[in-house]
Amino acid sequence: MAQTKDILRFTTAGSVDDGKSTLIGRLLYDCKQIPQDQIDTVQRISERKGLTDIDLSLFTDGLKDERAQGITIDVAYRYFTTENRKFIIADTPGHLQYTRNMVTGASTANAAIILIDARKGVVEQTRRHSFIASLLQIQHLIVCVNKMDLVNYSKEAFEQIVSSFQDFSAKLAIVDVQFIPISALQGDNVVHRSEKIDWYQGATLLHTLENLSVANEINLIDFRFPVQHPVRVDQGSVQDYRAYAGRIESGIVRVGDEVIVLPGNQGSKIKSIMGMNGPQEEAFAPQSISLELTDELDISRGNILVKPNNQPEEVRQLSAMICLMSSQAYIPGRKYILRYTTNEVKALIKSILYVYDMESLKRDEEQTALQTNDIARVSLQLAGPIYIDEYCKNKATGSFILIDEQSNQTLAVGMIS
Amino acid sequence: MNYRLNYLEELEAEAVFVLRETFAQFQNPCILFSGGKDSIVVTHLAAKAFAPGPIPFTLLHIDTGHNFPETIQFRDELVERLNVRLVVGKVEDSIKDHTVQEELGPNANRNRAQSITLLESMESNGFDAAIGGGRRDEEKARAKERFFSHRDAFGQWDPKNQGPEIWHLYNGRKNQGEQFRIFPISNWTELDVWEYMLKENIALPSLYFTHDRPCVRRKESILAQSAYLIPHESDKLVDLNIRFRTIGDMTISGAMESTASTVAEIIAELKEMNQSERGNRADDFRSESSMEDRKKEGYF
Ligand SMILES: Nc1nc2c(ncn2[C@@H]2O[C@H](COP(=O)(O)OP(=O)(O)OP(=O)(O)O)[C@@H](O)[C@H]2O)c(=O)[nH]1
Ligand SMILES: [Mg+2]
Repeated sequence: MAQTKDILRFTTAGSVDDGKSTLIGRLLYDCKQIPQDQIDTVQRISERKGLTDIDLSLFTDGLKDERAQGITIDVAYRYFTTENRKFIIADTPGHLQYTRNMVTGASTANAAIILIDARKGVVEQTRRHSFIASLLQIQHLIVCVNKMDLVNYSKEAFEQIVSSFQDFSAKLAIVDVQFIPISALQGDNVVHRSEKIDWYQGATLLHTLENLSVANEINLIDFRFPVQHPVRVDQGSVQDYRAYAGRIESGIVRVGDEVIVLPGNQGSKIKSIMGMNGPQEEAFAPQSISLELTDELDISRGNILVKPNNQPEEVRQLSAMICLMSSQAYIPGRKYILRYTTNEVKALIKSILYVYDMESLKRDEEQTALQTNDIARVSLQLAGPIYIDEYCKNKATGSFILIDEQSNQTLAVGMIS
Repeated sequence: MNYRLNYLEELEAEAVFVLRETFAQFQNPCILFSGGKDSIVVTHLAAKAFAPGPIPFTLLHIDTGHNFPETIQFRDELVERLNVRLVVGKVEDSIKDHTVQEELGPNANRNRAQSITLLESMESNGFDAAIGGGRRDEEKARAKERFFSHRDAFGQWDPKNQGPEIWHLYNGRKNQGEQFRIFPISNWTELDVWEYMLKENIALPSLYFTHDRPCVRRKESILAQSAYLIPHESDKLVDLNIRFRTIGDMTISGAMESTASTVAEIIAELKEMNQSERGNRADDFRSESSMEDRKKEGYF
């Protein structure tokens, strides 16, 4: 079958020291995707640290402070390709303090590898990261029970963790969960099948990653085109060209289609589509294009083009799940900038409906303050209308960030549901 | 019709989105143009992103004074062809103004000095964002970069305190005097760049292809012989068939022996190669964290 190479983006997650970085190092190393000079350098540093084996986590933990402390601080991106796929890996930190960086890495992922230390089982950070993965609607979770070498490759230890993970993941909205017993350090079931874990019949991690289906993750039904900026060209051979540049976040559009512009509800038709290789008859998500309309309308950045019979909802207030990302405190009553698609509007958190307790995953409705790393449902009042879909239907039009106008920092990320 | 992008189309769409966000969110962005393949790809992507209009960014070349003549010729032809504005920031000028002290000794180079000249050029031209061809796969500190990477009023990167960057909601807000570095091709690998060159038939400086050149062998490295190179006693002068894998300052861009004369041959060669792209850049040898250190000081 003639196939074009696609991209799978995946992230690591799980608690501190569960072996995320070591696993990525192992994966790249066993796939022979690390250049020799990088191996030599890491070998040298490992020897200097008095290690007998190469420290695989150093292939991603590249900052001075990370190497000095032996932890991951910020996301590292690594890449590898096989016959059918390009893989984009985000290796994220396990520390609670760096949850914002975990969310950064996870937000664009199609799949998350959740690591669990076989000796420790499911801990609070496992729950928090799995919960975040489910909030972000990552379609595939691959739970790797790691450090099997330290529990004698015991089937019972593995099964116990699987069952305790399932107990709590039943409460999460995740479509596809798979479990793999591994040792990142020894390489069991990462790229090569383990001989010591002969009781496990399933696939290795690499095989699983190569075969995940991501084809249906792009919404090709609901046309949404947030305008990045207007284009006006009137020089040389191009006379009076007015168009709107942007990326199709979802759906398909063809020349001749009727569209309306939000806000304002003005209608028009697609006159031309300028693609990456000149004019094209149709375009689909996630292509970057410019659209020319048959009518001269007043359209600016932040406006969104949709089809008349398939429109997002207009709201001035909304209820959303947010994760607090900034080390700066949330100040009740302060107005924040809500940035969504290419648009911005002022917003106020009217009320905190509940905050999740990460131990029990129960909702605490008594909380009146928000702290860094909290996950909460809030209700927001907006200064003007925005046009939204539910996050589960449409990631781009169902998500936002809240920015503190004074510090310019991103306070929180939100998902509309 | 098959409504799927292949990996190169997806990377292209992502980069174009980032370039357009840069245009929309900043007052006066520039493209850092070194004449190397990555900045050539970024410039090519910018031409596509704003077609049929012109590229709305100035090209900024930070000139160490140690240029390959081929690079300068290529740069000037490209500027002419694309009809873009070019600004050249010269390390020599910073040296004359005493804001940069020329390094001394046998391994002196002007690599660190570039950061100062870059910051000075950004300030004097009022650039509030610099778009670079940096890729996460190049180097371990680069692997940690955001698409929109914040720099404080002194141009410094703080890798331990980067803000979150969720989905593709890029937050380019900043205080007066601060700036951003933008990396549209963050997710491209060296091979992706070459595959894209092939697909798009992008013109490149002749330095990337095999040619006969007087060189200096210095330990593991091959450097182009030139008047700028400070001779070492152990240097061996040789005539070799080489090409360059990265192009920058003449005194630090390592060459490799190769017979690849087309992009397709370069791709074939790369697939067999087991050595990092920057593996022969003298500037990265200095210490294990030299890239991180330079980036903290304001480097690309
Ligand atoms: N015995 C054993 N040790 C392991 C295994 N995987 C990782 N380790 C060790 O666990 C420690 C932590 O590994 P890392 O890969 O840095 O953990 P991490 O999850 O990336 O940690 P953070 O990124 O800081 O959250 C290191 O000492 C590893 O050598 C394994 O499969 N078996
Ligand atoms: Mg780690």
